[in-house]
Amino acid sequence: MRIVVCIKQVPDAKDVRLDPVTNTLSREGVKSVINPYDRHAMEEGVRLKEQYGGTVTVISMGPPQAKAILSEAISCGVDDAFLVSDRAFAGSDTLATTYTLAQAIKKSGAVDLVLCGKQATDGDTAQVGPGLAARLDMPYVTCVKKINAIKDQVMRVERMMDDGYDEVEIELPALLTVVKEINVPRFPSLRGLRKAKTFDIPSYSAADIDADPAQLGLGGSPTWVVKVFPPECKGERSMIEGSLEEIADKLAGILSDSAYGA
Amino acid sequence: MLLIDTEACIGCGLCEDNCPFEAIHVVDGKAVVNDSCTLCGTCVDHCEVAALAIERDEGEAIDLAAWSGIWVFAEYRGGKVAQVTNELLGVGTELAAQRGVKLAAVLLCGQSGDVPQQLIAAGADIVYIVEDPALADFSDDAYGNALEDLARKYKPEVILAGATAIARSFIPRVATSLITGLTADCTNLAIGDDGHLHQTRPAFGGNIMATIICPKHRPQMATVRPMVMKANTPDPARQGEIIVETIAPVRLQSRARVVRTVFTEGEQLNLSEADVVVAGGRGLDTREGFKLVEELAALLDGAVGASRAAVDSGWVGYPHQVGQTGKTVASKLYVACGISGAIQHVIGMKSSEIIVAINRDPKATIFDVADYGVVGDLFEILPRVIEKIKERRS
Repeated sequence: MRIVVCIKQVPDAKDVRLDPVTNTLSREGVKSVINPYDRHAMEEGVRLKEQYGGTVTVISMGPPQAKAILSEAISCGVDDAFLVSDRAFAGSDTLATTYTLAQAIKKSGAVDLVLCGKQATDGDTAQVGPGLAARLDMPYVTCVKKINAIKDQVMRVERMMDDGYDEVEIELPALLTVVKEINVPRFPSLRGLRKAKTFDIPSYSAADIDADPAQLGLGGSPTWVVKVFPPECKGERSMIEGSLEEIADKLAGILSDSAYGA
Repeated sequence: MLLIDTEACIGCGLCEDNCPFEAIHVVDGKAVVNDSCTLCGTCVDHCEVAALAIERDEGEAIDLAAWSGIWVFAEYRGGKVAQVTNELLGVGTELAAQRGVKLAAVLLCGQSGDVPQQLIAAGADIVYIVEDPALADFSDDAYGNALEDLARKYKPEVILAGATAIARSFIPRVATSLITGLTADCTNLAIGDDGHLHQTRPAFGGNIMATIICPKHRPQMATVRPMVMKANTPDPARQGEIIVETIAPVRLQSRARVVRTVFTEGEQLNLSEADVVVAGGRGLDTREGFKLVEELAALLDGAVGASRAAVDSGWVGYPHQVGQTGKTVASKLYVACGISGAIQHVIGMKSSEIIVAINRDPKATIFDVADYGVVGDLFEILPRVIEKIKERRS
């Protein structure tokens, strides 16, 4: 089984702080990391390989710095990794991104299973997984929390829904997006770290993946960001002070009025 | 690409300060852009001397006039129409009026019963129905193909869907197949002076808002966050047109099949649709302590939320987690008990209408987003508040 996992480099949410004065994001000293959901996708790929045999290839679309996360992926047990990077990709919305990733995956050879994180923590669209499946003409299941079995090219998985979960059977080749409950990602192994040290990560350009320039980057993106602005600030908060009785009294009033209507 | 007019640039650094991606820097008194630029336009908006511009390819738009009407995907599962569908019909009514077009609901189901009439009462002028056993359970293939085929046939200018598990799964596939734009999880929709749908959503973990348009492609597609738009008051006497459609059987075949559905039993788990959420964090100390949160939630007919710390401690299950790696809520009332206010949590709850925070640490960042704050001991305050609410209600 050949498994491809798509990963993205995002700013580490742990380090992100709101600037209390400007109410904007302070990115000073923010590290770039593997999108947290993608870690679970990667781990699931490695586990499936260990159980069913095969190989795991990790790909990322991004600036040259994104090689760092691919190298980390190698240290965590994946077999192969490559980057797709080109200035022509700048300004890609999810439609252009799925085109680019699909071209890269097709170019890399036949694939049985594509794994993605449910969404990336910087864009939060959750659109790339399903869109990529459409580009690859693969069936897919989003928000997978468990893979129960693979038998005769049919996979049985559990999909998170808003009100519970569905158990779904899906034919391979297929694409899954995963949520964090699916597994606990492993740390890099010593062997993996040694491999990562010498592994030269190839980088492919738009031409290398036979991409149609009209479908890339800004030009290939139907959505345009026309305005970016800070969210409306809340008015001044009021602190409730006084004796325990006074506080409890006021709070009970606020909660009942807000919950049941004044 | 980003165009920098080096004549006009005064090297003030506003672009550098405001860039969310560290992609533009002032070098030798002039702005210089690097490979991290995503062309988001923030710098262009902040530049006071108009030295920055985004150059767009002036490619041909499709024939926009051929696409007309506002559509809402009516989400129907387990015998219920999702509340967000009514909200979409609410905002859809306004959008349709502004555009001078009709508002339609699209219902894909096994059996429609009286649902079409409900949708008309909630604001739909037209209901397109596809009834087929293949649509009884949600499937990305069948739902995706059906909506795509209907969109190709009727050419709506806008398709809206709730930002729910179902729609966020299959709507991106429809947009990709139609080669059009899709904006996720919108919190505001309006028709601009240009006649396009202006779709506003939180970006970058909710720290900036972005308004997005889809000027050259149709339909303009968006998923919309539940609990944000206002539903119309249902009018059972309202008249509308019901159009029954059939989809080619081959298009309703699915390569993925639902084997069984498990509805999570017990307490109300659909956090994202709850009016009241009472959430607990590390400050509750133990599983026993967390029960205070559950008690208050039950008393206020609300849902139980939790910070990641509370979930990781095993006091409550992951479906209750609010925040970046959990659910996003936009409740009318959000009570944060013993939650410090890490940004990952705040992202998931800050669009709630009224936020009440109780924490023993006066410096807790949760107070920054709160409307009402109490500094104190939860174990003293919560039991007294619970008693007092009971008194008020009796």
